[in-house]
Amino acid sequence: MSSAEKIGQMLVAMAAFAVVFAVIMFLADRIKGRSADRVQAAIFVVPALLLLTVGLVIPAIQTFYHSFKDADSKDFVGFDNYHKVFSDSTLLTVLGNTALWVIIVPFFATAIGLLYAIVIDKSRVEPFAKALVFLPMAISFVGASIIWRFVYAYKPSSRPQIGLLNEIFVKLGGSPQQFLINHPSNTFWLIVVMVWIQAGFAMTVLSAAIKAIPGDIIEAARLDGVGAMGMFRFVTLPSIRPAAIVVLTTIAIGTLKVFDIVRTMTGGQFSTSVVANEFYNQSFTISDAGVGSTLAVLLFVLVIPVVAYNVRQLRKADAR
Amino acid sequence: MTTTTPPVAMAPAVPTARVAKKRLTSPWASLVAIAIAVLWTTPTLGLLITSFRSQRDINRSGWWNVFHNPSLTMENYRTVFKPGTANDLSGYFVNSFVITLPAVLAPVLLASMAAYAFAWMHFKGRDLLFVAVFALQVVPLQIALIPLLKAFNGWAGIGGSYWTVWIAHTIFALPLAIFLLHNFMKEIPAELIEAARVDGAGHVRIFFQVLLPLITPALAAFGIFQFLWVWNDLLVGLTFLGTNKQPLTVFIGNLVGTKGSAWYLLSAGAFVSIIVPLIVFLSLQRFFVRGLLAGGLKG
Repeated sequence: MSSAEKIGQMLVAMAAFAVVFAVIMFLADRIKGRSADRVQAAIFVVPALLLLTVGLVIPAIQTFYHSFKDADSKDFVGFDNYHKVFSDSTLLTVLGNTALWVIIVPFFATAIGLLYAIVIDKSRVEPFAKALVFLPMAISFVGASIIWRFVYAYKPSSRPQIGLLNEIFVKLGGSPQQFLINHPSNTFWLIVVMVWIQAGFAMTVLSAAIKAIPGDIIEAARLDGVGAMGMFRFVTLPSIRPAAIVVLTTIAIGTLKVFDIVRTMTGGQFSTSVVANEFYNQSFTISDAGVGSTLAVLLFVLVIPVVAYNVRQLRKADAR
Repeated sequence: MTTTTPPVAMAPAVPTARVAKKRLTSPWASLVAIAIAVLWTTPTLGLLITSFRSQRDINRSGWWNVFHNPSLTMENYRTVFKPGTANDLSGYFVNSFVITLPAVLAPVLLASMAAYAFAWMHFKGRDLLFVAVFALQVVPLQIALIPLLKAFNGWAGIGGSYWTVWIAHTIFALPLAIFLLHNFMKEIPAELIEAARVDGAGHVRIFFQVLLPLITPALAAFGIFQFLWVWNDLLVGLTFLGTNKQPLTVFIGNLVGTKGSAWYLLSAGAFVSIIVPLIVFLSLQRFFVRGLLAGGLKG
């Protein structure tokens, strides 16, 4: 298929979609009578609900069902897949790595984002400073991975380094490191990439929360002689708590599902795989539908406590 | 914001110690700010500079040498756009556009309809359904991926075509889109909608003539979100599409697998894939940030 044909197909699809949308709306507008309101409501919500049911809810139930079947989705094997995920040494490493990601990424991304939001607050170059840190958010995980693979690039000590980090290591008198290959530190070097991407998100949301703190509270604290650290501890931190929780949980959920970074940086080799990457491996490379489905279910189960915590904390904040 | 500036009359009350302290802390704050900004910018800058260096230079010296020995070239970009070669990414660049545009339009239209119904129409089970849609935000797309893939290849008969990614991206975007747009629509004063109803306008007219124009910033915010999300996606493009239809991210990702140390290709390729979202992001940053602040969880 040529590029022109592809673009043609895209335009046809968009036009067809717009026409269908217009016709439905036109018909909805014609409906009169006693039950008109109900029919119109159905026309507005049913397309979205139908898609969600067919494309998300039913497939999720199917995946859950497949997690109790064998590699070819033929025979029932009970909890065998779950047992395998929690006993196989490779898969246990995957679970351990995922735990590291979900603990470290939200914490550091939020802490750095908050620190940066505070130090640039009300500075003359604030919008520019924000854009610098926010920019990685617009870059794909694949793009970010390539940027960082280059930072970590390794050359033997006999040759000049082309990776920035190894150049710094060598300049400080060390020897060049294979950052992505040396286990267990390689997982941390991968985590750096995700922190780098997410800090901008944390910074933006927290910066808005800081700006929303009422000025009279700050002024009152100032007149009481509260110093910079006290201001942070007793004014800033409590005020931005709800925003910080949303940021922490959003990043945690995003981190659980990320597979692009691991796939592009190491392909999950050298004991760096995480659940989302192993799901892809098991489902598409090894073709074990059972374990693949189990990992997908696990991903879903791991998200629930994070969200539950979020909802509880927000409820508490609302109640206050 | 005005209240943060103390009135002039209060000035003598400010202890001199605090002024002194402020002078002490602010250089540190600046230092921290600069350190973070440099850390966050240097990796990208390094790869960008590399993409303009010759293959030979890249392998023989670090990109920082460019500052005292500048020699730049467009050769790498010419290589990744050379027609007919295995490294030619122009086809994938087109694919990314073909995938992204419908996958932005469809969920925006569908979600704005549903959001309107959840915000301003009355029907049985409305609140329960809305909570259900909200909850679907947390479903990881991995859990729906393989059954969806089977359905596309099986009874739907659209396996490998662009329809698979258009539909999949639309579905995965709906929960967040409906939630976001609903929140914006709910903020519009009820009197405005009641006035339109009194004038004899039906739901369809209110939707088009009152609601949509008023929530244009929200539509833009979500549209940008969805654009970046779809353009930057790897998983859906990789698993659903045939080889000659896959997006740029898949091509670049595979390039790492086959030519992981060919930095002249990787750096130029990466920047071709980054440039479009960067333009979208920089030109529409205001809307993007707004959408970010309105949304709770990203699905």
